Amino acid sequence: MERNPLQRQVAYMRRSLFDQGYLDEQFVQLEDLQDDANPNFVEEIVTLFYTDSARLIHNIEQALESRPLDFIRLDDYMHQFKGSSSSIGAKKVKNECTQFREHCSARSAEGCVRTFQQVKQEHTILRRKLETYFQLARQAGLAN
Amino acid sequence: MNLGSGQGSMSTASSSGAWKAGDVVPDQFPAGLRVLVVDDDPTCLMILEKMLRTCLYEVTKCNRAETALSLLRGNKSGFDIVISDVHMPDMDGFKLLEHIGLEMDLPVIMMSADDGKHVVMKGVTHGACDYLIKPVRIEALKNIWQHVVRKRKNEWKDLEQSGSVEDGDRQQKPSEDVDYSSSANEGNWKNSKRRKDEEDDAEERDDTSTLKKPRVVWSVELHQQFVAAVNQLGIDKAVPKKILELMNVPGLTRENVASHLQKYRLYLRRLSGVSQHQNGLNNSFMGPQEATFGSISSLNGLDLQTLAVAGQLPAQSLATLQAAGLGRSTGKSGLPMPLVDQRNLFSFEAPKFRYGEGQQQQQQLSNSSKQMNLLHGIPTTMEPKQLATLRHSAQSFGSINMQVNAHGNDSSSLLMQMAQPHSRAQILNETTGNHVSRIASSMGQPVLSNGIAGGLLTRNVIVENGRGAGFNPVSQGPSVVEFPMNHTAELPGNSFPLGTNPGISSIQSKGLLEEVSSEIKGSRGFVPSYDIFNELHQPKSQDWELQNVGLTFNASQHANSIPGNLGVSQSVLVHQVFSSGQKSGQNMNTPVVSKAMFSVGAGSEHGNTHNISQHLNTLVDSSSRVKTEKILDPCCEITPFPEHYVQEDLMSALLKQQQEGIGPVEGEFDFDGYSMDNIPV
Repeated sequence: MERNPLQRQVAYMRRSLFDQGYLDEQFVQLEDLQDDANPNFVEEIVTLFYTDSARLIHNIEQALESRPLDFIRLDDYMHQFKGSSSSIGAKKVKNECTQFREHCSARSAEGCVRTFQQVKQEHTILRRKLETYFQLARQAGLAN
Repeated sequence: MNLGSGQGSMSTASSSGAWKAGDVVPDQFPAGLRVLVVDDDPTCLMILEKMLRTCLYEVTKCNRAETALSLLRGNKSGFDIVISDVHMPDMDGFKLLEHIGLEMDLPVIMMSADDGKHVVMKGVTHGACDYLIKPVRIEALKNIWQHVVRKRKNEWKDLEQSGSVEDGDRQQKPSEDVDYSSSANEGNWKNSKRRKDEEDDAEERDDTSTLKKPRVVWSVELHQQFVAAVNQLGIDKAVPKKILELMNVPGLTRENVASHLQKYRLYLRRLSGVSQHQNGLNNSFMGPQEATFGSISSLNGLDLQTLAVAGQLPAQSLATLQAAGLGRSTGKSGLPMPLVDQRNLFSFEAPKFRYGEGQQQQQQLSNSSKQMNLLHGIPTTMEPKQLATLRHSAQSFGSINMQVNAHGNDSSSLLMQMAQPHSRAQILNETTGNHVSRIASSMGQPVLSNGIAGGLLTRNVIVENGRGAGFNPVSQGPSVVEFPMNHTAELPGNSFPLGTNPGISSIQSKGLLEEVSSEIKGSRGFVPSYDIFNELHQPKSQDWELQNVGLTFNASQHANSIPGNLGVSQSVLVHQVFSSGQKSGQNMNTPVVSKAMFSVGAGSEHGNTHNISQHLNTLVDSSSRVKTEKILDPCCEITPFPEHYVQEDLMSALLKQQQEGIGPVEGEFDFDGYSMDNIPV
């Protein structure tokens, strides 16, 4: 179909999200689920993820403040967070989660604290990118 | 709606023949498959829901295991398959898996982001029919219907087998002839042919005719006989051939015994694993194992009462009896610990019983009956009159439950219900779960111990109830059902003194069980009706029995929940199961027992009778844990298979019986294969 510039831009942005490793195949699964009945499915899911993950992040932050660190609990939270992130295809976030869990099993407090910052960072970066992406997609759709 | 199952018509003919009678309309299948998906992660849940909808399934989602269980319990035949996350805050996914397996016998698929081998193995041992790694792709969900079909097929097969054994006129075997073109004539021909084959099979199980071997339904009674035989021989020396001889059950083949023995050993192993965990708590109880069945009498008496009451006596009397019984045996107040709130028992919450509480009970128990032996489940000492009462109890079973309940909180309501066998189910449900279960467990414990391990009971119960009122095995765990008084003979006296210390109870129950079984056999005279042939002969009682059996299990399982009682029942059950194979030699029978009982369903390692509620929980937990624990029992060298396999066997057998007992097997009852609900009693 004929692509207007906006649509091309959306397609390009999407491509780069994959190429740069922010998203993986699971995101495509979500896109495949989007249909006329749920035209904004992907965006809804991502929004849901970010709402829910804020809670998980908060839990982890609190757990990181207690001393001594409860690595079991931290690992547990992170396991949930990782599962959630992987379900939307957040590849980089997921990888950082894996790192964090390794530090948990190594019982490295410093490692946990450090990697958690990275987790949060990737988490935020992805959110911004996806927000931009969805916005653009909406505009492109409207423009059509 | 049941895809195909609801119709209850074995209309294989009409369908493409690929589905058994009553199966969902073949053309549509698997569309419309009713899936229940449980995951605490809202994102995943939403995605799964959408994926499943895309596969044209009917999806219900919930984010808590408890909600899922109540949904399932509230509508036994409302779902075809369950998909559950492993990691959930309110309840471990494996525990949920066990519950579902025991209560509803639905296929369950586990999911997790964790793909570690041991976790996947846990899924296998707990009976999951599949394990998906997150993130889940839609392709993986497209084929989940196969699990539903497979399970149904197996259920049909079992049904057929069990049915065929007893009466030649089994209806067509749906599962068997998937390939047959389902023409009416052909079907008829096949039926008759099958009948013949089945009859032949029944006679020559050992030979394993070309048809599948008829499955023996391990009724509570039968199981008791089995356990008695095993105990007599000694778990180490119990070989199928000798067991078979001792049991002297016509039609039972060595193979049947062998496979049942295998399951039993696994169960024991699990128990011992659990008990080890708990050790300590019930050392005192564990001590005398098996040997002291006799001593349990005091407890047994109690149990018997419970049992007796179940059918015949009004709820109140049961309570009285129990109290009396308990008082006698334990010298404590009659009612064993107030039924703990069922909820706890069950499983959702972490085993409530804590050792601390359980200990009290245990102490009590130990005080009262030092000799508690680990009764495997063999009713060691059933007072004759109790036995008699028990017998009747097919109905009484219900009453027992009730009684149990009565003791518990809502027992009164339950008791009322108990009066009627059907109500049983209700009662079970009603029992606020805990109470009844507890009581039941205590009472029924002995019964359960037959190796069915609480799990079975609960399962049966649940199933049974499902038919009936929706028995909530949960609460009952213990007692309620377990005692299918009639059959279970074991329970009655044995059932762990409801309130009494779990440890004690187990012993007692054991004793009772043994006695009961033996006595029951004699007096009842219905010994012969084991479920091997699906005792349709006495439809009512049979059903009830079956139900009882189921109940017993449940009771035992739930028994956990009942404080005090549970302990007993749990322990009893555990004991029973465990005692035979007790390798662990732990005194902890109680814990083990309870565990065992629960383990069946709950796998609660905890099993300690300490707190009934705890027990229940523990049982629940322990069962799961037991499963994973190593089994001490040296004789268990069987490769592990889903822990509640045994139970399932019994349960399914029971269920089948139920169904069959109810009427011609033809698929006319809404037999989904996995949902036992509404089986007309």
